[in-house]
Amino acid sequence: MAVFTRGFGGRAREQDDRLPPGQFLTEDFPVLSAGPTPRIDTDEWEFQIRTEAGETHRWDWDALQALQQDDITRDIHCVTRWTKLGTSWQGVSLDTLFADVESSYDFVMAHSYGGYTTNIPLEDLLDGKAWIATGFNGEPLEAEHGGPARLLIPHLYFWKSAKWVRGLVMQQDDEPGFWEQNGYHAYGDPWLEQRYS
Amino acid sequence: MRRTGHVDVWKTATVVSATQLTPSGRSLVLDVPGWGGNLAGQHADVRLTAPDGYQAVRSYSIASADAGDRLEIAVDRVPDGEVSPFLVDAIEVGDQVEVRGPLGGWFVWRPEETEPVLLVGGGSGIVPLMAMVRAHEASGSTAPFRLVYSVRSPEDAFFAEELSAATGVEVTWIYTRRAPDGWPRPAGRLAAADLQALEAAGVEAPSVFACGPTGFVEAVADTLVTIGHDPARIKTERFGGA
Ligand SMILES: Cc1cc2nc3c(=O)[nH]c(=O)nc-3n(C[C@H](O)[C@H](O)[C@H](O)COP(=O)(O)OP(=O)(O)OC[C@H]3O[C@@H](n4cnc5c(N)ncnc54)[C@H](O)[C@@H]3O)c2cc1C
Repeated sequence: MAVFTRGFGGRAREQDDRLPPGQFLTEDFPVLSAGPTPRIDTDEWEFQIRTEAGETHRWDWDALQALQQDDITRDIHCVTRWTKLGTSWQGVSLDTLFADVESSYDFVMAHSYGGYTTNIPLEDLLDGKAWIATGFNGEPLEAEHGGPARLLIPHLYFWKSAKWVRGLVMQQDDEPGFWEQNGYHAYGDPWLEQRYS
Repeated sequence: MRRTGHVDVWKTATVVSATQLTPSGRSLVLDVPGWGGNLAGQHADVRLTAPDGYQAVRSYSIASADAGDRLEIAVDRVPDGEVSPFLVDAIEVGDQVEVRGPLGGWFVWRPEETEPVLLVGGGSGIVPLMAMVRAHEASGSTAPFRLVYSVRSPEDAFFAEELSAATGVEVTWIYTRRAPDGWPRPAGRLAAADLQALEAAGVEAPSVFACGPTGFVEAVADTLVTIGHDPARIKTERFGGA
């Protein structure tokens, strides 16, 4: 039973059933990162998927652009409690990128320029659930939001949508990534409020 | 790293003192049975529940780094905000809220760390840095500590007296709107030249903690990287807002 705070009335807020528990709506797009914003030129950018057999699948910027591009409209939920409804992205489905990848491992560690990592079960990346996003609202994705390319996994808290993503490494076990080692939940389902470990 | 075992549990907190720090900022000391201390730089989630059951939760950095069951937070009023005006203007000694934490294992300074440290705070972003300054002093650490604190005017500085009296930290004040009379640096936003001046003064390759409103932290971190700091040694905490 929560204790009441004397005199606190809160504010009449819009109720919306698209809001997971404990989230509030925001119209702006807050920025949260652990350090400075890396600035990576699309000329130097490369994305890799590495398997347990030591096989590395690589795409440079032009190769990524040559793939089927999706328009994606989804709600996004940050663990710091903001939710933004109906955000519009452009990018490449991970189903496309994983089409030729052979692996029997069930987990993935995402690695970013700047050293960030985050762990995700493979099944949460496939079947139309995740993308490498390079556009937001029809414009190239800005560096502070993870451009030139970030992961987009809208059904998990947004720290899983690693900014400045550069590669995915197949993992046998679910090892914690950066925020997960620093007290955040291993999986991060917003509807179950899986914020902290 | 300290594993915080029961952060998912909300604990009842009683306000035991409330002190106005600035025209818009106030410090609250909370007594939280079972809190058990925190590291310098961690934050807590604060939950308020209205009589009709409506709840609001916000994160606040912890200004204290003691081992006991008390913690200090310092809140700046965001105009039109839902929670911060209540904490700054309305809550009183004896009132209760709930807290969860301590949270965060990244933006922390531990007394075992010996390398030079540069703290850069904007506005209420001083709060977790204050915990670091206090932990540094309390532990007798000899790690070189330097703080750059950006505020609008002298009246807007949190913990101004304590910072001016603190031993073991060199403080550089940056006034963005109005400087004290006779102050050598004209009022204006923190710029590359201010940070470069520190290096000229011999602060080498420190680990950096930068904290404040998102726009401030973004600008500071970019500037530090541009003037040659190693991005891997810059830790940031963004409070949100402009
Ligand atoms: C890890 C962490 C630590 C924090 N520590 C502190 C702290 O020590 N002291 C402190 O005062 N605040 C701190 N904050 C910010 C705090 O959590 C709240 O966001 C702030 O108090 C505003 O809440 P509110 O309910 O009054 O405003 P809301 O009703 O949530 O917001 C009202 C409007 O203000 C804007 N806004 C929200 N936050 C800010 C901000 N910080 N600056 C400017 N505009 C803003 C919003 O975008 C919105 O438009 C911290 C935030 C984080 C994420």
